[in-house]
Amino acid sequence: MTHSRQPDPVVAFAGAAVRLGNRTIWSDVDLEVPAGEFVAVLGPNGVGKSTLIKAALGVVSLSAGQVRVLGEPPGGASRRIGYLPQRRSFEPGLRVRGLDVVRLGLDGDRWGIPLPLLARRSARGREKETRLAEVLDLVDASRYAGRPIGELSGGEQQRLLIAQALVRRPELLLLDEPLDSLDLPNQGAVAALISRICREEDVTVLLVAHDVNPILPYLDRVVYVAQGGVLAGPPAEVITSQTLSRLYDTPIEVLETSEGRLVVVGQPDAAATHAGHHHR
Amino acid sequence: MTGPATVGQTRLSWNLPGDLHQLVAYHFMVNAFEVGTVTAVVAGAIGWFMVLRRQSFAGHTLAVVAFPGAAGAIWLGLNAAVGYFGFAAGAALVFAALPRSPSGKGFSEESAVIGTVQAMALAAGFLFVSLYRGFLDSLTGLLFGSFLGVTDGQVLLVALVGLASLAALGLMARPLFFATVDEDVARARGVPVRLLSTVFLLVLGLAAAEVSQVTGSLLVFALLVMPAAAAQQVTARPGWSFTLTVLLSLVVTWLGLAAAYFSIYPVGFFVTTFGFATYLLAVGSRGLLARRGRQVRGPLVVAG
Repeated sequence: MTHSRQPDPVVAFAGAAVRLGNRTIWSDVDLEVPAGEFVAVLGPNGVGKSTLIKAALGVVSLSAGQVRVLGEPPGGASRRIGYLPQRRSFEPGLRVRGLDVVRLGLDGDRWGIPLPLLARRSARGREKETRLAEVLDLVDASRYAGRPIGELSGGEQQRLLIAQALVRRPELLLLDEPLDSLDLPNQGAVAALISRICREEDVTVLLVAHDVNPILPYLDRVVYVAQGGVLAGPPAEVITSQTLSRLYDTPIEVLETSEGRLVVVGQPDAAATHAGHHHR
Repeated sequence: MTGPATVGQTRLSWNLPGDLHQLVAYHFMVNAFEVGTVTAVVAGAIGWFMVLRRQSFAGHTLAVVAFPGAAGAIWLGLNAAVGYFGFAAGAALVFAALPRSPSGKGFSEESAVIGTVQAMALAAGFLFVSLYRGFLDSLTGLLFGSFLGVTDGQVLLVALVGLASLAALGLMARPLFFATVDEDVARARGVPVRLLSTVFLLVLGLAAAEVSQVTGSLLVFALLVMPAAAAQQVTARPGWSFTLTVLLSLVVTWLGLAAAYFSIYPVGFFVTTFGFATYLLAVGSRGLLARRGRQVRGPLVVAG
């Protein structure tokens, strides 16, 4: 995607590094995410993809360099960011409606007691209800939002959580492994949903994944995290057999289907890399 | 009607106004109802969050820690309530200072520590009761509840602590709910998750100490867990299940006190039994509703 004008990047890392304990997770990271793009952070498990998101949120602090998010230091623009952490699904016994979890995205950080019956009478309260209905409709979750969230499937929970992240009309969505623990059809559906949100709602999306295939058709840019640094670029440049094999340090092939879709084969799957990182 | 000449003779007449009149005929019983009412509201409100936060084990331990506090206070000639509150609040702050596992929720990692503290607290309380050599039944009273001899000072203290706890809970209700259901997102939104957790443990400790004074240290779950667990079975709407929790807690406490007054059996037994019956009813009715819901909703889901 080429922009005629160059607006300020939504996320900008410059010479950034993170140390947790006495282990350097990554260093010398320079990365810019332009407004309105759908960007994926890829790489094997345990290289610090989630840490990149957390540094942007201000939950993890940098040991060197700097990061600016929506023109502010990390944590400064938290109201304009929608965040979906790596999930944990909800406990089956949790007796709270999906709708209530989404509503927390709207006003969960406000002090005091929620009084839904009173709130519904005020203009602002009705506005909130309208927004809730709208965002549930957007992620196609209206049908089951009234049921306890613990009883819903992984895909249904994930849609509700995306709605929670979206409900305050954020300018930036930070999604940590949103396709993890979903079955294949749901992975495709949720990837398409995120892409649609990115285009139609004009939201910049930074998404962490360890499997690139379900999202590859939608991406504007990929960021590979490996061996303590990052490599960023358009998918066509980065997703090549040569680059990926070097990054993962294992033979990987990128194939093109008859429809022109790229498919990555031989990428170390989650289980294999997980075992490989167990000694930490 | 029972006159002053027949003090101590309480018999259920099955005549409601007459029985209610008997219930409040004595000052100690009025005090018991006042303490019970405050306690029921506080326990219901805080218990609702405790059950949602899966912190029942911590809540129980805080109550057990209150027991040596109360026994020690009696031994030293102080008000038992002072010991209850002091020890429970102190233990809550210690729990809050325990390092938490990175994934965060609950006390799974620290359960051995909390269990150790609980055993030691029971042993220390037993020692204090032995040192005091007072009323033979003071041990049973502290562990399983007693509503006799609630002083006016105790009523005032329970009311003040209860109001303060409710005020603190009211102030942090929404962010606490957020941090309970969705801790990571709440933290990213700037909710002070760690601070809320500490304040909640403190409030939970105070609530556990209050309930201890009605049901005894070992039966605090009757008011802290049972009404909340029952209400959360009945409805998944937070507002409704919260309100229902407080109402159930009040009914269970009032019925328990009345039953204990008209019988020779202890109040802790009655409150717990009524709480348990409520819980069984809630689970049963949910099962029935779910079965009917499936029958009604089944075809709709397929069509939609």
